Amino acid sequence: MTLVMVLGAALMLVGFWGLITRQNMIKMVLSLAIAETGLQLIMIAVGYINGGTAPILDSAVDKLSAVQQVVDPVPQALVLTAIVIGVAVNALMLAFIIRLYQKKHSLNISDYKDMKW
Amino acid sequence: MVRKSIALALMTGLAFILASILGDWSPMERLSGVAYDYVAHGASDLGAMNLVTAIVVTYRGLDTLGEVTVLFLAASGVAVLLRRADGEQQEKTQSKRAASEIVTTGASLLSPFIVMFGAYIFLNGHLSPGGGFQGGAVIASAVLLLFLAHPDYKLRHDVLNIIESFSGFTYVLVGLLGLFLAGGFLDNRFLPLGAYGTILSAGSIPLIYTLIGLKVGTELAGILENMKGRAL
Amino acid sequence: MENILTALLSLIILIAALAAIYLRNMISAILAAGLVSLFASILYLLMAAPDVAMTEAAIGAGLSTVIFLLAFRKTRDEEVENG
Repeated sequence: MTLVMVLGAALMLVGFWGLITRQNMIKMVLSLAIAETGLQLIMIAVGYINGGTAPILDSAVDKLSAVQQVVDPVPQALVLTAIVIGVAVNALMLAFIIRLYQKKHSLNISDYKDMKW
Repeated sequence: MVRKSIALALMTGLAFILASILGDWSPMERLSGVAYDYVAHGASDLGAMNLVTAIVVTYRGLDTLGEVTVLFLAASGVAVLLRRADGEQQEKTQSKRAASEIVTTGASLLSPFIVMFGAYIFLNGHLSPGGGFQGGAVIASAVLLLFLAHPDYKLRHDVLNIIESFSGFTYVLVGLLGLFLAGGFLDNRFLPLGAYGTILSAGSIPLIYTLIGLKVGTELAGILENMKGRAL
Repeated sequence: MENILTALLSLIILIAALAAIYLRNMISAILAAGLVSLFASILYLLMAAPDVAMTEAAIGAGLSTVIFLLAFRKTRDEEVENG
């Protein structure tokens, strides 16, 4: 699963590149969501064991030798949390963007210089 | 141009950091540490077939409580930001195009089944893949289908608020019951573990996941409604 | 077999991510970002994580895309796109 690691790192790079270079605020949130996906892919790939099965102990997996068969469930639980929080935070950012747009009628980040130093 | 080169330099640095991390990494060979313990004892201790559920609801239950809190705060933030906006200025009343016959009929036929499927997902969270978060998202997608079919559809906010507050409160209450009657906060063993692999097993895990599912479903539906605003 | 599938999916995801950033049309960009999530959920399934795959497909690819589209809908009145 080295390939997935590389893909995750590449997605993070693409996401941060978009975050830095794009001017449109919705595009920036979109880039952040892509970087998030890359991070989640990396975390799942860290917990993967070659040839392992899903951590669900049904009839396909023997309960006693499960330790040798299943992949690491802890990163999966963490990523589950991260996805749900990610979408909630994205929604909050988009709500802020909608409010800003109602004030100035622009989505370009360069038009908002009030907090610029 | 300067800006672009600074961005390029930053990305090169980040790529270098990521590459050095990836260079040191080697795939995991076997479970170790806390994961070994969870896999070895999770099923017999807690009675849950799905170990991810066991971790999310019980071993790392406090994290999940925090996560639900973050979700709640984000949903309230969206509501505060967008609801006041509607009051302040009149959105121009667009001529809404009514949804077609097929969409409205399909929505009214399908949405009860989609909600039922969401309930199925979170009730079986301890037996099969899925759980409260996925089930809640499925329920929210049923609400989305209703919004698509009837652009003027209004959610009953009092009912949503009651469901959300009730499930959040009961979640904490169940956690405290675990603290007093069993081993610790959010311990699921104050209810009988039941027969392994049946729907009424694994102590309070199905109960907690049902509460999480209801809470996540109502919160995501609320976010969707606030983002939708008056016109779709 | 699995390696080929993984490589193919990785290629699609990377192209979709670049498209999401560089496409001028915002709706296409949002849909491309949804594609990234959708194919990532297949990768999760290949990596023996069905729970995460379900969450990513339902929340990442479904609801998140809809929320982005709704936000785009609310921030638009005959304005030129500045990608």
